Amino acid sequence: MKYLDEYRDARLARVLVADLAKRVTRPWVLMEICGGQTHTLMRYGIDELIPSQIELVHGPGCPVCVTAIETIDRAIQIASLPDVTLVSYGDMLRVPGSHSDLFHLKAGGGDVRVAYSPMEALKVARANPHRRVVFLGVGFETTAPANAMVVWQAAREGLGNFSMLTSHFLVPPAIRMLLESPANRVQGFIAPGHVCTVMGYGQYDELSRKYRVPIVVGGFEPVDLLEAISMLVAQLEQGRAEVENQYVRSVCYEGNRPAQEIMGKVFEICDRKWRGIGVIPQSGLRLREKFAAHDAERVFGVTDTTAEEPAECISALVLQGLKKPVECPAFAVRCTPETPLGAPMVSGEGACAAYYQYRRPGGKD
Amino acid sequence: MCLAVPGKILETKEEKGSRFGRVQFGGITRQVQLDFVPEAGVGDYVIVHVGFALSKVNAEEAERTYQLLEEMGMLEEEGLDSENQDSGSGIQDSGPHPASDSSKLTPDS
Repeated sequence: MKYLDEYRDARLARVLVADLAKRVTRPWVLMEICGGQTHTLMRYGIDELIPSQIELVHGPGCPVCVTAIETIDRAIQIASLPDVTLVSYGDMLRVPGSHSDLFHLKAGGGDVRVAYSPMEALKVARANPHRRVVFLGVGFETTAPANAMVVWQAAREGLGNFSMLTSHFLVPPAIRMLLESPANRVQGFIAPGHVCTVMGYGQYDELSRKYRVPIVVGGFEPVDLLEAISMLVAQLEQGRAEVENQYVRSVCYEGNRPAQEIMGKVFEICDRKWRGIGVIPQSGLRLREKFAAHDAERVFGVTDTTAEEPAECISALVLQGLKKPVECPAFAVRCTPETPLGAPMVSGEGACAAYYQYRRPGGKD
Repeated sequence: MCLAVPGKILETKEEKGSRFGRVQFGGITRQVQLDFVPEAGVGDYVIVHVGFALSKVNAEEAERTYQLLEEMGMLEEEGLDSENQDSGSGIQDSGPHPASDSSKLTPDS
């Protein structure tokens, strides 16, 4: 497939690895933010190909992983109502809540449907006027324009039976939080290429300058990530701390203006709780007041739920790059994709799932 | 969740105030909403996420960096890079990375 296969070319990958080996003179710790990038790194064994002085740690860029446990519990509560149809991205179904998950609700007869696109939720709402259709709108900035568009269209059509339960996160505040932490070891970041396709990368200038840290916007194929790693190492070896763009075929400095516009019309920034990490101020999006009729939190009310995480799950440490999944005592023993203790083992972008699929204990780590 | 895939627009249509495209990804085609890429038309490639196109693939930029990588590959194979002539006296600065887009670097403050 064009614009995909070329970036999986083994010969180019070898060239980049060789170039990297020449550049690196001392240890560096790099972090990729996005879970999709984590999976590529694991799947193609990039962490084992690159010189051993370069350590890759994995960031919290997995919206399924960082959705608050209270949101899962709330979604289960709402979906349990007899007149509600809950529509969700597939990944969310197996994420453990305090006591259950959406998959078990569905297996028990609950009306929970999986959608590839939020537009499908609109179609369900139009086709079923007597049901209240709730879309579980999860994501980072990549998904925000689509989720915004769906609410915008619902409002325009006066689709009174449609609402969205919002769980949206922003990347730059999370990077700031990581850089502020005294435990931080990360010296360079690969910024998420599709988040930046939407938002551009102007937001990273301030972070790079203030914390003197190089940031490279990276794509998702093995050649993309090797290029991005190479660009970061070049900066670090030369003592530079700038924002650069590797993913030029999709990302430009300003980002996508129409997408940003619809986001601004429908959403506003708010504080948000990241599962395992806690509240990061101004790190989330919520629906604006004028869309209250389509805001599931307002339509169904927000109740005080007690949220309990399994004591063994160390996802908080994994999401901040402080521990690798293989360092968890429960990894692949009590915590597997079929019986997950936490979200990173469930999500298609979760670091624990990536290690489970591509790396069992006994490998490089 | 941030997985987005490049596909080729085969045809477009307007419906209910939005622009849709039939987009081909390898062996399959899907209907994609094109509202965020007004500049993309038939024959263009777009990056698609959850049924929406987020960007038009910048074919020129893709070609440019790909060529640079190819050149790097050729130099490696021919042994013409400077490292091969310098044995053991330390790593020389290999210079700016070929893929760096210098025009987008932030100026020193």
